[in-house]
Amino acid sequence: MKREMTGAKMVVQALKDQGVDTIFGYPGGAALPIYDEIFQQNDIRHILVRHEQGAVHAAEGYARSTGKVGVVLVTSGPGATNTVTGLTDALLDSIPILVITAQVPTFLIGSDAFQEADTVGITRPCTKHNWLVKDTDALSGVIHEAFHVATHGRPGPVLIDLPKDVQFATGNYEPPKPSTSHYQPRVKGDMEEITELVAAIEKAKRPVFYTGGGVINSGPAASQLLTELVDATGIPVTSTLMGLGAYPASGKNWLGMLGMHGLYEANLAMHGCDLMINIGARFDDRITGRIDAFSPKSIKAHIDIDPSSINKVIKTDIPIVGDVAHVLEDILKVWKSRGRKTDAEALVKWHRQIDEWRKVNCLAYKPSETSIKPQYALERLEALTKDRKDRFITTEVGQHQMWAAQFLGFEQPNHWMTSGGLGTMGYGFPASIGVQMGNPDALVINVAGEASWLMNMQEMGTAVQYRLPVKQFILNNERLGMVRQWQELLHGERYSQSWSEALPDFVKLAEAFGAKGILCKDPKDLDDAIMEMINHDGPVIFDCLVEKHENCLPMIPSGKAHNEILLGDAQTQGAIDTKGSVLV
Amino acid sequence: MNALQIKKGATKHSAYNLRPTFSEIEERHTLAVLVENEPGVLARVIGLFSGRGYNIESLTVAEVDHTGHLSRITIVTKGTPQVIEQIKAQLGRIIPVHEVHDLTVEGPSVERELAMMKVVCGGDKRVEALRLADIFRANVVDTTLHSFIFELTGAPEKIDAFADLMRPLGLSELARTGVAALSRGE
Ligand SMILES: Cc1cc2nc3c(=O)[nH]c(=O)nc-3n(C[C@H](O)[C@H](O)[C@H](O)COP(=O)(O)OP(=O)(O)OC[C@H]3O[C@@H](n4cnc5c(N)ncnc54)[C@H](O)[C@@H]3O)c2cc1C
Ligand SMILES: Cc1ncc(C[n+]2csc(CCOP(=O)(O)OP(=O)(O)O)c2C)c(N)n1
Repeated sequence: MKREMTGAKMVVQALKDQGVDTIFGYPGGAALPIYDEIFQQNDIRHILVRHEQGAVHAAEGYARSTGKVGVVLVTSGPGATNTVTGLTDALLDSIPILVITAQVPTFLIGSDAFQEADTVGITRPCTKHNWLVKDTDALSGVIHEAFHVATHGRPGPVLIDLPKDVQFATGNYEPPKPSTSHYQPRVKGDMEEITELVAAIEKAKRPVFYTGGGVINSGPAASQLLTELVDATGIPVTSTLMGLGAYPASGKNWLGMLGMHGLYEANLAMHGCDLMINIGARFDDRITGRIDAFSPKSIKAHIDIDPSSINKVIKTDIPIVGDVAHVLEDILKVWKSRGRKTDAEALVKWHRQIDEWRKVNCLAYKPSETSIKPQYALERLEALTKDRKDRFITTEVGQHQMWAAQFLGFEQPNHWMTSGGLGTMGYGFPASIGVQMGNPDALVINVAGEASWLMNMQEMGTAVQYRLPVKQFILNNERLGMVRQWQELLHGERYSQSWSEALPDFVKLAEAFGAKGILCKDPKDLDDAIMEMINHDGPVIFDCLVEKHENCLPMIPSGKAHNEILLGDAQTQGAIDTKGSVLV
Repeated sequence: MNALQIKKGATKHSAYNLRPTFSEIEERHTLAVLVENEPGVLARVIGLFSGRGYNIESLTVAEVDHTGHLSRITIVTKGTPQVIEQIKAQLGRIIPVHEVHDLTVEGPSVERELAMMKVVCGGDKRVEALRLADIFRANVVDTTLHSFIFELTGAPEKIDAFADLMRPLGLSELARTGVAALSRGE
């Protein structure tokens, strides 16, 4: 069935037909026809952010917490360029979002018109794909294709640039239909390779699952299948920052996060294993450390939907291209049909070895009665919120982010939102807004550093306007803490520009926006203050003054091997050699 | 696709051919990339090479299937086997890319390039230039009393060789199309 309508109306119609009920955006001249259509309907709720970067991060938080596509609408020129950081963030973390940018009319393109920018040119390297639509008849097809591309294969951000005359013109609208796109990435793994992996599992003496964001991307079924496979085989499992929650933190085979700031036992298990099964992770440099010393004695299997992830960094012995859920289902089937075998005796020994590593208690820190240790703040936050199944955590970027990953336990997928690949300070607050929009009754907490939080603090206006009770839990060390830590380890304690000077009074700041502010500086008051934050029905800025020069440990310095990990009581001076210091 | 006589794409093969080869020696590969002929597609391919630091020795592009709106991009690149694998996988990720073929590994193939050379000379050199052109089967497509333009088709090495010979005779301008390539047989 074909219908005539304007391009602007088509945008709204196509979004509705794709099941979109929430979009994040900011209007401007070139986008006005679409905004006019939004005004005249009630099915799609538009959240007016305070900066377009905020809209994109909010859409990312919405997408990651709901499994749906996050949608953003902005105007041409500055509206479009303000989305670039968010698009790059979503590209690196494989988050499905659609950004619709308005553009100057087609007949002005190329004339340096008012608020003209080459949006598709600028965003080509930071989107999975983008389109400039010059013909209203083609518009609905492009929007449906954009949803298809964003969600199939390795998910990612897509962008549609829409000139104003195309919004005004009328054309034929076509509703979504089964995709005829040539883009149909393969989801089933090759059975020969899967069988080879199962045979390796049966024989392995020191196997480990190394899981990542791809498990979350694959959907909740993948997490369930992973948990089943891990628990049935008794193989220990670690995860990247992006994959936390895919296997429950309370599970008996859980090793904790691995990598630069990962747990000692997780990193040593990776270093010493004889079979590494990578499921939807991409051998990021935060994980591998020194490549030639990375898990030298293991057979490596890698399950990934994106062939370019395989052999990009680490050479793989058993490559399996496919979707995590599909592949795990087949692995379980084959493993069961072959008699559910593992080398049980060897696994007992392996777990005993891991328990020895656990005894190091790598997250131990010196407690204090007078100042709040950031680790303590997170331990208390965990203790007071962990029973809530509806708890969602977002983070900013820095030490607090790593401590959150270490000290908070995630039982389910899609409840942890953080900027991993790009490491975007300013991500967490708008992301928490997006999460709350997607989960209106949930407890949404953004674990923040004061410096990161200030990068998108204007979104307080959004939180208050839409009565979004997001909790901004700021671990305020008055430092760009992670930078300061590197300067301590790497640059002779010369703290160049890593101070947060002239900080606002966060309580007054909250009040200025019409929200609640809480200040806490005494460990004895912490529990009550956290409860006050949780129980307040509205947005809260929680200014938690913490120890200023605490280091985030363990840490594998850049350019070092997994077994050269620094622990809490280790001597950190001169830990990174000059070769490592050129790495980031 | 049949009309184009192209075998099933390397991007659709089993992941077995993603198995690493451990060589660190750089190899020259000729890739044929079939893309949807839409605006910006060449920018995507070139952006991929520059953004990820891959080499382009030669790149040619033209529409080859008008009804299907498909263009064929022929890229000659250089890298270790691991880098070549990455280049192919990364090309395969570009949404308008339909197929990626590595002509260097998919069996024997032929490569041709067209070049035009302006040679400015007189006297004996003129005679010598014509004699060499004859040996290389280059055509004269323009002539004045003091110059020729030769047109020459062949493998890139043949064009290099002819240009080397023309240089002392007065080669003043050289235009090359870059490599077009097809696999041999069916
Ligand atoms: C300050 C800071 C410190 C950090 N320290 C650490 C650290 O100590 N430890 C750590 O782990 N990270 C750390 N990170 C994060 C790190 O930079 C990377 O973002 C992260 O390790 C990548 O996670 P991943 O490998 O799971 O990949 P992701 O980026 O989540 O990629 C997912 C992979 O899965 C694949 N995939 C996607 N969908 C599917 C599907 N359906 N089926 C199959 N495969 C799929 C993709 O192709 C991709 O290869 C840190 C970040 C910051 C900012
Ligand atoms: C947009 C951006 N700019 C700079 C950086 C580099 N950087 C990483 S962590 C960090 C300091 C973060 O400080 P804060 O938010 O207070 O967190 P803390 O490390 O103190 O917990 C900086 C500047 C970044 N990741 N993102």
